[in-house]
Amino acid sequence: MSHMPYSYIWFIPLLPFAGFLINGTLGRRLPRAVVGTVALLFTALPAALTAWLWTTMCATGAPISIESSIRPSGFDWIAITGFHADFAFAVDHLTLIMLAVVTGVGFIIHVYSVGYMAHEEGYWRFFAYLNLFMFFMSVLVLAANFLLLFVGWEGVGLCSYLLIGFYFKKASAANAGKKAFIVNRIGDFGFLLAMFLLVAHFGSLNFTQIFHSVAQHPEWLGARFLTAICLLLLLGAAGKSAQIPLYIWLPDAMEGPTPVSALIHAATMVTAGVYMVARCHTLYDHSPVALMVVACIGAATAIFAASIGMVQHDIKRVLAYSTISQLGYMFLACGVGAYAAGIFHLLTHAFFKALLFLAAGSVIHALSGEQDIRKMGGLRTRTPITFWCMSAGVFAIAGIPPFSGFFSKDEILYQTFISTNPLRIVLWLVGLLTAGMTSFYIFRLWFKTFFGKPRFEQSGDGARGGVHEPPWTMLLPLCVLALLSVAGGWVGIPSALGGNNGIERFLDPVFANGAATEAAAATTGHGLELVLAVVSVLVAVAGFYIAYVFYYEKPGTAAALAERNRRAYNLVNHKYWVDEFYRNLLVTPLLMSTRGVLELVFERGVVNGSARASASATRGLAWLTRKQISGNIRSYAGWLAIGAAAVMAVMLFGSTLWGAR
Amino acid sequence: MVPTAYYLILAAMLFSIGITAFLIKRNVITIFISIELMLNAVNLTFVASAHMWHQVSGQIFVFFVMVVAAAEAAVGLAIIISIFRTRQTLNVDEIDLMKL
Repeated sequence: MSHMPYSYIWFIPLLPFAGFLINGTLGRRLPRAVVGTVALLFTALPAALTAWLWTTMCATGAPISIESSIRPSGFDWIAITGFHADFAFAVDHLTLIMLAVVTGVGFIIHVYSVGYMAHEEGYWRFFAYLNLFMFFMSVLVLAANFLLLFVGWEGVGLCSYLLIGFYFKKASAANAGKKAFIVNRIGDFGFLLAMFLLVAHFGSLNFTQIFHSVAQHPEWLGARFLTAICLLLLLGAAGKSAQIPLYIWLPDAMEGPTPVSALIHAATMVTAGVYMVARCHTLYDHSPVALMVVACIGAATAIFAASIGMVQHDIKRVLAYSTISQLGYMFLACGVGAYAAGIFHLLTHAFFKALLFLAAGSVIHALSGEQDIRKMGGLRTRTPITFWCMSAGVFAIAGIPPFSGFFSKDEILYQTFISTNPLRIVLWLVGLLTAGMTSFYIFRLWFKTFFGKPRFEQSGDGARGGVHEPPWTMLLPLCVLALLSVAGGWVGIPSALGGNNGIERFLDPVFANGAATEAAAATTGHGLELVLAVVSVLVAVAGFYIAYVFYYEKPGTAAALAERNRRAYNLVNHKYWVDEFYRNLLVTPLLMSTRGVLELVFERGVVNGSARASASATRGLAWLTRKQISGNIRSYAGWLAIGAAAVMAVMLFGSTLWGAR
Repeated sequence: MVPTAYYLILAAMLFSIGITAFLIKRNVITIFISIELMLNAVNLTFVASAHMWHQVSGQIFVFFVMVVAAAEAAVGLAIIISIFRTRQTLNVDEIDLMKL
């Protein structure tokens, strides 16, 4: 009976894969309705399976730990002496939450895409890629060992590349795809090295085996090899989850279609790094240095990206920097050991950021492709449903209670404040400041898009009705996500506010080591938590008020302020010149050395040289032999006779010449 | 009893004459005859060896060579006639169509 749902787990990744195969091979010839139906069907079924899995697991009540992994026999992948890896999936509470996000939000976004992509070229290609992404993402979260996780990891990277460059005829989109792929490659290099180290030290890549063996050795606390593994894994996570120093690909990834930004670059794929760190929490718990680095990178990324997001004008780029910033929060949570808080924020962020992106897509759709918030405004009355849905997302991300973002963000800030990290106060202040900035930039977006006078070109033709609400296939997902953004946080209402902190209890079996933070929480009591919550709400409201003054009450204020602090504004507006810095420091020298050394010396010298040498040698030999073919029959006969004489001479005198055998 | 070496020397002389004629003559028919000469030199060697070793296989081989030579003569002469018909010459130096 306990094995009953497990045998169906394989269908969760395999169904989207089947959808990919159908749409990828036959999609070109199928009508759009069929392509859409196939894509929806093969993502709806895994979502239903996940729901079923969830209910059966919760019904049994027993915590399903990673030990009870599902290993059907005959799925050996690599089996050699001393090393073993197989196609094994494992389901625990962490996986369940991730699966719910991936399949649930994934399905909602698929529904939205049917409407959004209706008029686009390559409809079948889009859904084939999207289904392939669902396959790889499910593999990633279900994997029971690092190797299979890496397969999903690389697979989602591939799909991300394919979908960023979906409009591949546009040079900027194609370049953005390449940038994302190459930057991720740097992270993957770290991941690979970490895996090699794991094999070297544990002889296995199995989660259960590695974590068990680490847990057995408390004396490894702070061991150098564990720190190395954790830092290398963190490099991989920073690449995938767009953290400093590898965040630069995510803003450019906005070149892809908006549903892709919502699904891959906000809700699911970019959270894979957070998931991985949380999954390896046993390793990180044994390496205070690595945890410190995680926390610092998270906090730095959060404030850094939020500050850039405050001055962007492209609606999707604001959201992209916001995503980076929120991912920074999740890393901060993991870094202070509050993995459950990080996963909680991952969950709520998946809801409200997917909502924000989809609503932004709806706005872009309404304005026929306009993405510049300076050319929006006044959309509140024209697209009311989009406005209300987006407002839910805006209030959620800004951390206004009782919307979902408040609970998760507040939990992270609280956990940071009470953690044992020596920099906890600094980290907390950074997080708090970021919360204010988040509130500011998101309300800035909100005011500029939906309030004030319309700044876009009024299209005269009444046929298309100018600015309009999108079709219901797009509105319905918005409404569902809006509901989730409002209520999604209620699963984790802290006990200080009269809740039961459900999500942390739910994740307790996974993060059992979190007992320390629990104890700390017990000693500080609810008073501190309440005070901190009030402080963070005040900061969020302050962000709202500033945005209100700048962009609603006195619209010129921000521009004047920017004018007065031109240098600072320029610095932020140009994203701290990081792209230029990387270009001058890494890309240009690399290109120059490639052109100077590899092309001149290796390509022209060695590769071309050897090819040319062999060609001219062949030609010389041909010239020699061609001289022989004179067409004079007697010369042939002469050569024949000489040859025969030579053979005879060897036969007769050979033994005396080279010695008798 | 004539020693075997005499036969072999005679055969070597015949073969050398054949080769020399093959190389220096220009007339196709003469070249053809010199080929026959070489074949017969080989035949003589076969027979002589067969006699020396008291083996009949050498003699049988000679029959094969003679059959092949007869067939070759028929084909060769046919080729020579058609060459002559098309080119009005039998000088091999002028028959060099396949020269590169």
